[in-house]
Amino acid sequence: MQLAAKTRRQPFAIHLLLLLGAIVMLLPFFWMLSTSLKSFGESMQIPPTFLPHEWHWENYIKVWEKIPFGSYFLNSVLVTLGRTAGQLVLCSLAAYGFARLQFPGKNILFFGILTVLMVPSQIVLIPSFFIMLKLGWLDTFYALIVPGIFSAFGTFLLRQFFLSLPKDLDEAAKIDGCSIFGIFWRIYLPLSKAALVSLAIFTILASWNDFFYPLIMTSSDTMRVLPVGIATFQGQHATDYPLLMAGAMMAALPMILLFVLLQRYFIEGIALTGMKA
Amino acid sequence: MRNTKNLTAPGSAGHEARERIVRRKRSRMAVEEAIWGYAFIAPVVLGLALFYTLPSIASLGFSLTKWDGLSTPTFIGLQNFADLMKDEQFLRSLVNTLAFTFISVPLSVFLATLLAVLLNAPIKGRPVYRMLYFIPVVTMPIASGMVWRWLFNSEFGFLNYLLGLVHLPQPNWLFDDTLALLSIILVSVWSSIGYNAVILLAGLQGISSTYYEAASLDGASAVRKFFHITVPLLSPSLFFVLVISLINSLQVFDLIFIMFGKDQTMLDATRTVVFGVWESGFKYFNMGYASAQAWILSVFMLLMTALQMYLQKKWVHYE
Repeated sequence: MQLAAKTRRQPFAIHLLLLLGAIVMLLPFFWMLSTSLKSFGESMQIPPTFLPHEWHWENYIKVWEKIPFGSYFLNSVLVTLGRTAGQLVLCSLAAYGFARLQFPGKNILFFGILTVLMVPSQIVLIPSFFIMLKLGWLDTFYALIVPGIFSAFGTFLLRQFFLSLPKDLDEAAKIDGCSIFGIFWRIYLPLSKAALVSLAIFTILASWNDFFYPLIMTSSDTMRVLPVGIATFQGQHATDYPLLMAGAMMAALPMILLFVLLQRYFIEGIALTGMKA
Repeated sequence: MRNTKNLTAPGSAGHEARERIVRRKRSRMAVEEAIWGYAFIAPVVLGLALFYTLPSIASLGFSLTKWDGLSTPTFIGLQNFADLMKDEQFLRSLVNTLAFTFISVPLSVFLATLLAVLLNAPIKGRPVYRMLYFIPVVTMPIASGMVWRWLFNSEFGFLNYLLGLVHLPQPNWLFDDTLALLSIILVSVWSSIGYNAVILLAGLQGISSTYYEAASLDGASAVRKFFHITVPLLSPSLFFVLVISLINSLQVFDLIFIMFGKDQTMLDATRTVVFGVWESGFKYFNMGYASAQAWILSVFMLLMTALQMYLQKKWVHYE
């Protein structure tokens, strides 16, 4: 009897703890949303109001008028799409080469890829700035996209996945007269959807939220991506919190929505790899 | 192809000719495969070499020079490193980075373990909770930093308002040396718990329930079960989470930039090494000095990862 009561009470305690924790985790989002709808005067009220007295939805439009938010957004979309598409194509090709094809120097080249994986980004940043300068790519989409389409992480991730597929597939396809590219294209890629989706999600997330790299590679307002754009906005309007919060909200929302919609793939992807944040 | 044996006797002229044809065909296929292989890997290998390997090597060269990015670099040997050892701002950034890492990583992993254990209980709505705790992970760090700066605001901030409601002190979070660093730690913990918990939860779900059943039969308490079954069997996941968190924490930049970057008075209490790299390189155009800082941090990262690899033998149990 006592035991039964105890096990019935336990889930309640667990729900209570989890719920309290979740409220703490979501508090910043509540405050971001609430502030973003207040008038400037109300945001500076002491004590603060939980919810806006008047709901100023037009704050969200004002952000687009005060800063070229649309241009930041479009730049972010283009950079993210470019990097992701590039990585999916190039990493899957290289991964198949390393996983299944035999050629001299393969091991040493793969070792080279692993060393790239271990080099921290702060080392690469300064010289890449000068490479972009030499190439004349500073402050262009080339600088924002091209280096980002080559990924040691993506190559490694997909290679591991390809290695887990049965090798008999290749033999069977070869006997059927399938070319090497055909095996890759018609057999390996369709079987690797899970891994490709994981890589796409990580690349989209990393690219959308990336700040340091675009910060140093762009200087003109027309080339800024969202994180750099809203950081600049904060620099200019340090205290107009309703507008800052509306901007931050719109910048962060696409990834939050993507995650909520594709939650399963995010979680599976982490289980598959560990995410490179 | 093995059937050639039956058609022609070994050692006969016909056999040898056949073998030669087979060998040639095989080697032609091998050549073809190698060509395909190089074609497949070439873009990634060349791209990584140009945009990652070359800059890494160049960075080491930069660190031995004095260079403003425009004129000809002057080779000065290890002078940058010697100067850094006497540079109070740099030493402060190193101390801040280490303090930040050694407080935020254990705190985040501890809370994430707790969360994972709760989520592993047989309850309804687990995916919903998991989703809620994970949202900060996917939130743009620059946006998070902006919101938290506002939350921490001593006059109009929500945090101090809530603290006031329960009659707790309302400190000036962002303008006190210790609290400023603590603020960054809190934001970092908030944004990393979900990720760590998801990995740890996957680890927990891999532990067979038979261990717990056996321990229950022996009358073990819940606490004993946690430390003698859960922790050892979860140790590979804990190890992974610790290594990744440590590497990420040592590189913290976005939060410092957005929360304190414009604020010269508070910057010294919160500056991290990567912030120093940015400042030396792109504010003062001292490329050699910036590269030297980046290398010192990288050596730290390498040593700490190596140390963890070494220590794992003592506490990580692989089944």
